[in-house]
Amino acid sequence: MPEDLYSQIVNSRIGGLVAGNVGLPQPVELDRYEKGEPLIEGEVLLGAAPGGRLSGSIARVLAGAGASVRTELESEVRVAAGEAGLDAGIWNPDAGADTRFKALVFDATGISETAELHELWEFFQPTIRSVELSGRVIVFGSVPESCGSPREATAQRALEGFSRAVGKEVRKGATAQLVQVVRGAEGAIDSTLRFLLSPRSAYVSGQVARIVEPVAETPALDWDRPLSGKVALVTGASRGIGAAIADVLSRDGAHVVGLDVPALEHDLREVTGQIGGSVLALDITEDDAPARIADHLAEAHEGVDIVVHNAGVTRDKTLGRMDAERWDLLMDINLSAQERIDDGLLERQLIRPNGRLVGVSSISGIAGNAGQTNYSTSKAGVIGRVESMAGVVAGAGVTINAVAPGFIETAMTQAMPVPTREAGRRMNSMLQGGLPLDVAEAIAWFASPASAGVNGNVVRVCGQSLIGA
Amino acid sequence: MNEKTRPAYVLGGNRIPFARSNGAYAKASNQDMLTTVLDGVVTNHALDGERLGEVAAGAVLKHARDINLTRESVLGTKLAPQTPAYDIGQACGTGLEATILVANKIALGQTDSAIAGGADTTSDAPISLNDDLREILLEANAARSTTDRIKALSKIRPGQIVPDFPRNAEPRTGLSMGGHTAVMAEDWGLEREEQDELSARSHQNLAAAYDRGFMDDLVSPYLGLERDGNLRPDSTVESLGKLRPVFGGENGTMTAGNSTPLSDGASAVLLGTEEWASAHGIEPLARFVDAEVAAVDFVGKKEGLLMAPAYAVPRMLERNGLTLQDFDLYEIHEAFAAQVLCTLKAWEDPVFCKQRLGLEAPLGEIDRAKLNVNGGSLGAGHPFAATGGRIVASLAKGLAERGEGRGLISVCAASGQGVVAILER
Repeated sequence: MPEDLYSQIVNSRIGGLVAGNVGLPQPVELDRYEKGEPLIEGEVLLGAAPGGRLSGSIARVLAGAGASVRTELESEVRVAAGEAGLDAGIWNPDAGADTRFKALVFDATGISETAELHELWEFFQPTIRSVELSGRVIVFGSVPESCGSPREATAQRALEGFSRAVGKEVRKGATAQLVQVVRGAEGAIDSTLRFLLSPRSAYVSGQVARIVEPVAETPALDWDRPLSGKVALVTGASRGIGAAIADVLSRDGAHVVGLDVPALEHDLREVTGQIGGSVLALDITEDDAPARIADHLAEAHEGVDIVVHNAGVTRDKTLGRMDAERWDLLMDINLSAQERIDDGLLERQLIRPNGRLVGVSSISGIAGNAGQTNYSTSKAGVIGRVESMAGVVAGAGVTINAVAPGFIETAMTQAMPVPTREAGRRMNSMLQGGLPLDVAEAIAWFASPASAGVNGNVVRVCGQSLIGA
Repeated sequence: MNEKTRPAYVLGGNRIPFARSNGAYAKASNQDMLTTVLDGVVTNHALDGERLGEVAAGAVLKHARDINLTRESVLGTKLAPQTPAYDIGQACGTGLEATILVANKIALGQTDSAIAGGADTTSDAPISLNDDLREILLEANAARSTTDRIKALSKIRPGQIVPDFPRNAEPRTGLSMGGHTAVMAEDWGLEREEQDELSARSHQNLAAAYDRGFMDDLVSPYLGLERDGNLRPDSTVESLGKLRPVFGGENGTMTAGNSTPLSDGASAVLLGTEEWASAHGIEPLARFVDAEVAAVDFVGKKEGLLMAPAYAVPRMLERNGLTLQDFDLYEIHEAFAAQVLCTLKAWEDPVFCKQRLGLEAPLGEIDRAKLNVNGGSLGAGHPFAATGGRIVASLAKGLAERGEGRGLISVCAASGQGVVAILER
């Protein structure tokens, strides 16, 4: 693992003192999930704007996760908590108790016009400074396009500005998100709320997750091994982020079929060997690759549940100096090959019901990056695929989503020149780079059988990077 | 066993004014005070030389020599020496539990008349030897020869001559009653002002009850006290608001003003059948309807120390087909204003009622104008075992004054217990 020397220095006693006094950024060590840990350690404060429709579902998820929750006494949300089986404690903003919260969760679906945005201030103003290190702020709203009136849609759209600004204010490793839930999908929030509350979402902040009508029914889950019995294909699995994805999916119970080019088969075997996965060594740009992948999955596993298109390369040059090969090869690996593989699998109906397609985009695909016209194009194309295919695959009971990593500590970023690398690391709300694990955790969230309502999302794993925000 | 039960009635009550610790009753023993209040009952109801079915009473802080505190007290009264007696103990629930015991015996036909009571002194408190010294003295006492005795006594070291004072702390948590209640107050988000309000009302209601003569046949002057030594009739939210927190740290909401002080005092309640009452020319005040006792797991921190009444009341209500609102008077023991407020909030809370009590809907609000209308423990003080008798007599008389009605009693007790009862007229 490449080391972030600056973080180590400012997290030492003297280094911290110096950094604090001269106003240098002070990244904290982020909480990260370890197997067997509870969903969230610390108090969760649950609130709601009057007339909301999600408090009951949120309370049900929190009760199921055994979270320690507080609500205001004599509130709608407390009635919902009672009905949902949540033994919530009490929080009184006027009592002056200095309770610290690990998470603030607010159901804003009751906000139906802009004047009611005051409810945000009412709930968060007295509490925002009580958020602990690596804390969580989660606002639930409605999908503006599906709102009943322009006024409601306007107010609901406004929530996005709030959650993003809060993400930049909370600091100390805390994150802030908006989850938009379409009417009727209230019961499909479980995996998303759990992911965003837990240390699994350590490097995800300032994001908008959207929950739509589920493509399949959610089965009962063992939340410690949600992917139990699932088969996951992970391309580019021999190194870096791909290896982390294979690890995490396997940790969550999946059998991982790792894919990489034959030249990297040795590395690939090392990754899959440790997790009891299997190996498929081939070049995805070869003409027969889609058929060989489909054949393998059909023969060995009678299909596949999760396909993660992680394989990707960079061939950086400014456009004027870029030769055609750099352009064509990259575009084929990063974008076109996955279209062909998916089409092959879909045609042969090898993706089982409640299946998952997951792409790996990039901040470069959102913001564009000098020297990476080819890369940015391909990664924006991955987003295009999510947007264009979500409706198409839903019919087959499949979802498609993508992560868009920001600055992730890998061998690739370690090779960057120092100024670029330091800028990338610090120019985000977490004041540090993310880990391959963080990207893998977000993919595992998409992959969960409970994420049947998470479709068409592109979620950045960037620590709320300033780039492209 | 008698298969048919019969109603038991509260016939009267007597107590001495409650004194603050090391105040007017600094030199009075539990036996002195208990004897006095029993004799008050005898005098009030002309029971000189009467053999009662039994007298049940207790004290929370008790000297080792008071093995038969109640019987010894009875022997000092004008009651017939043939009146049996026994001691009971359930911390602050002692007085009410004594009432439940004798009421049940009356209902079962085992006796026709009885007195329930309690006394406590925090001034004349028992102080014990520390365990090291006690063991040496026991060894010396058991020695067979003078040499062995001297040998044993020679083990005494100066550090061992430090007595153990009784502590107002829970043995299993080490946290004081106030400390525990401060946790409850924080758990329930209590504010300072609502606690001070409850306390001010307790003082004001008690003072008004004295002023209008309500206490005349309930309280007998003792050792120069005519009214409770703790009573501050001019207490207001403003005056109480000036006190600094004593529990729950700097930002705590609990003060000496909204917590009961250590107190001394005693009380007694006369109970009997309708026939016995009529034969003795006594008009019953109220019928003793039912009672319930609950306990909570405060050690495992699953519940607040003083929340047991919140569990006991709904169980009793269900058995009697009543709702929380079916009462004309409520007597909730004010160990701390916070205890009363936490209990009331719990009954209104959909989460507590569903998750902890297993009820479909919250018990709901009570009309605060019916709560502790003739004062409570915050005004009167709280000599632990004497509080139950004070409350039973005061509620019974309150119902008799109304002519009819139903009253609820709720008393929290140390070690996570709660004793509750219903009276009816």
